[in-house]
Amino acid sequence: MAQVKAKAKNKKTTPVTKVDREISEDVLLSIQDLRVWFELRKFGFGNAGFVHAVDGVSFDLHNSEAIAVVGESGCGKSSLMKTILGLYRPTGGKVVFENKDISKFNIQTLKWYRSDVGYIQQDPYGAMAPFMNIEKIMEEPMVINTKKSHEERMDRIHKVFEEVKMMPYNDFLPKFPHMLSGGQQQRVVIARSMMLEPKLIVADEPVSMLDASVRVEILKLLRGLQEKHRMAVIYITHDLSTVRYFSERIFVMYAGNIVEKAAVRDLLYNPSHPYTLALLAATSDPDAKNARTFKDVPPGEPPNLITPPSGCRFHPRCPKIIKGLCEKEIPPEFGIEKDHLVKCWLYK
Amino acid sequence: MKDETLISIEDLKLHFRTEKGVVRAVDGVSLKLGYNEAVVILGESGCGKTSLAKAILRLLPRNVQTYSGKVILKGVDVMQYSEEEFRENVRWIEMSLVPQAAMNSLNPVLKVGDQVTEPLLVHSGVKKEEAIALAKKMFQHVGVPEDFLQRYAFELSGGMRQRAAIAMSLVTSPDLIVLDEPTSALDVLTQANIFNVLKRIKMELETSFILITHDISTSSELADKVGVMYAGQIVEWNDAEAFFRKPLHPYSQKLMSSVPRLRADKEPDFIVGQPPSLLDPPKGCRFMERCPSAFDECHQEPPVINKDGRLVKCWLYA
Repeated sequence: MAQVKAKAKNKKTTPVTKVDREISEDVLLSIQDLRVWFELRKFGFGNAGFVHAVDGVSFDLHNSEAIAVVGESGCGKSSLMKTILGLYRPTGGKVVFENKDISKFNIQTLKWYRSDVGYIQQDPYGAMAPFMNIEKIMEEPMVINTKKSHEERMDRIHKVFEEVKMMPYNDFLPKFPHMLSGGQQQRVVIARSMMLEPKLIVADEPVSMLDASVRVEILKLLRGLQEKHRMAVIYITHDLSTVRYFSERIFVMYAGNIVEKAAVRDLLYNPSHPYTLALLAATSDPDAKNARTFKDVPPGEPPNLITPPSGCRFHPRCPKIIKGLCEKEIPPEFGIEKDHLVKCWLYK
Repeated sequence: MKDETLISIEDLKLHFRTEKGVVRAVDGVSLKLGYNEAVVILGESGCGKTSLAKAILRLLPRNVQTYSGKVILKGVDVMQYSEEEFRENVRWIEMSLVPQAAMNSLNPVLKVGDQVTEPLLVHSGVKKEEAIALAKKMFQHVGVPEDFLQRYAFELSGGMRQRAAIAMSLVTSPDLIVLDEPTSALDVLTQANIFNVLKRIKMELETSFILITHDISTSSELADKVGVMYAGQIVEWNDAEAFFRKPLHPYSQKLMSSVPRLRADKEPDFIVGQPPSLLDPPKGCRFMERCPSAFDECHQEPPVINKDGRLVKCWLYA
């Protein structure tokens, strides 16, 4: 796979392996060898290295498909998400949306793209301006992106509120965000992301701030909307047990790389990467037996991404390390089954 | 040791004064806990579970309206103690707290070691060297390298900070530790690690735990007993074994079916409606409005039924 060498002069590295593939018509979003590096500055100007937040990520997202990117904090999943949203410029690689490479566009001229992509934030309360009422909050995307009249805008708000089951809408529209419960706030954020009829929705831990009994309700709502409007959804999350019911494929991310890509069933019943195995083992189901056993947790903590480990980034913590190989060579993606790819030397 | 009661709480009430009226956050909670036993208090946000933790440790805000009931610790009703007596004899001596978001509750300008030894210096009056030796021992128990004593909180990862907070609650060797959402902001692997630490402490130091959480899946990692809290009251008190197999109260059953399971193909369900406001909780059963099996009787306050030692506050079992 691509060699990673951070050189101050050579900021935009070109990938060693070409990942330019033919894009089938069905593909909505194609991420090709994406790199997002953040430059560290010494005394404000000297280069002090790079944070390799996303380092060689590729995948295709099909129309009306839901995928989940699962990983721990600091694995680069938020940087990946923000690059997909067009908020960060990729250091290398491509983000191709409907055959247009959005990384070529200036960030200011990406308005057309932003109205095609909805964003559901993690903390619904933090995502809404506290001084605006719900009506204003809902109206804003259309004020910025469309030339619709106030009446047309209100019609659209009413329609979307019906879909997210915020009825009767006149009860909610004059309220301010703090007057709503957490579940209702998240519904408003979902409704807002749908205002412009996006083709893709990026949801960043959409239910982590909510109670268990509300979580499922919100996820089912999102699933329903996705199927009805044939939207694609990217869930960014750390929780494997919730996404298994609400997505088609799961990508496991570790230290800036996607280490395993598989359909939900394949990942759960045939997990292959040692990190995926560790994640699955650490996830509890409610069962009294848990109290009598200790969990098998790999030692150490995720590496810092300024100087990631050589070779496989999981090798310092890996229980199945192949000495002499894993710490030297970066593993390529090996196919186990159709559409089940693992970045691990065990499967060569 | 197991049948001896360490702490017994009877009809504990904690009501707050607010602009809108009196919030009945803890409204008549009774529970019993033995030595070296762990109980999990499960509940959703706003059910009063954090207030319960504060009420047990008497860490009260200023706007308290009512604070009553009995907290009998080793046979002594510590509710009768004055604030001074409670601070000197109970808090951090007999029981300590790992607060919510403990990883962010460490003082940023003090070295971790200074904070971990602080309860010892304040409460036990031991010498500094002794305190440091003890802190080192506790760091070993929770799996933090000893030299972290000399570091500041920001130099530690979230998991390490959480462990330091647990070590801080352990230094005075209390018999009871109250943990308020100890793993809610942590990653899956870190969570598993923290629970390993807690299990080891329970085995090696024979500590009792009250674990307050909304996360049913991880709560099963530590629980001997489970208490389910709804709208300021405990609606079910059950052995973990029985609870995780089949809970009794309709709310607990609904809550269990809302948990997405990793290892079973059962699509989770949700509970329709919202919990009642604690400003003016409904008369009768507080879960009635959302309960699928509600009937006429439910308009009256449900009794606490003892079903083979398991307690459930529901008319269905009367």
